[in-house]
Amino acid sequence: MPEHRRLEVSEVSDVTVVRFTDRRILDVTNIEELGGELFGLVEQENRKNLLLNFAGVQFLSSAALNKLIILDRKVKRAGGKLKLSNLRPEIYEVFVITRLHEVFDIRDDEKEALEAF
Amino acid sequence: MSEDWICTTDEKISSDTGEARRVLDELLASLGKNQWAEEDTFGIHLAVEEALMNAIKHGNQRDPEKSVHVIYKLSADRLHISVEDEGQGFNPEEVPDPTLEENLELPSGRGLMLMRTFMSVVDFNERGNRVIMEKQRSAPSSDSSEES
Repeated sequence: MPEHRRLEVSEVSDVTVVRFTDRRILDVTNIEELGGELFGLVEQENRKNLLLNFAGVQFLSSAALNKLIILDRKVKRAGGKLKLSNLRPEIYEVFVITRLHEVFDIRDDEKEALEAF
Repeated sequence: MSEDWICTTDEKISSDTGEARRVLDELLASLGKNQWAEEDTFGIHLAVEEALMNAIKHGNQRDPEKSVHVIYKLSADRLHISVEDEGQGFNPEEVPDPTLEENLELPSGRGLMLMRTFMSVVDFNERGNRVIMEKQRSAPSSDSSEES
């Protein structure tokens, strides 16, 4: 089983639900490690449908947005779907400002996101 | 004309993300101590982290011999911060707009935009290796004793 230090990974039917272990995540020191773990879910563990649940995540930088864009490409290439849920309002605003809310499928909560797969 | 600064910092840090985080944490702690609103703090966190990472990664190319000069001053209602690297600088006008349709899915170019969105002032020196930012503190929300 691959190790996930930055992520909590679970399965709900054919969807892999990912939560983040740090509250203040996705900033300078851990972004590379986190990106590697997220990409590994698709490239090494061959998971197709991913739901990233941002509950508890307080902060997100542009470096993290870049990782999410790359992850989205990898998921699409693998024939899967990527959805995001539980973004706090300030983080959702970052997606709106950068128009990335048009690129990603963002849902209010995990239940709604799972139903949308 | 001089402003009452609550705290001031002037230091050169190495091109190391851990050092950047330390400086950022100290700044955030000062904001917290002075009860800046959460949305102001979120924006400052985002903008300052972008500035520091740009300086370390793009400016100094992570060269351990090069340093990043950080100066910030905090008053009761204003933050002034300058971040300077030892790189060649860049022209901010040449950074493509990440919200254009053709750039939407490019994994780059959003840091500068976020800095401009969340800070009151974002300026660069002519060489483009120093960014000066200011944040005016939001007016306190008067959600108590407002009942009529």
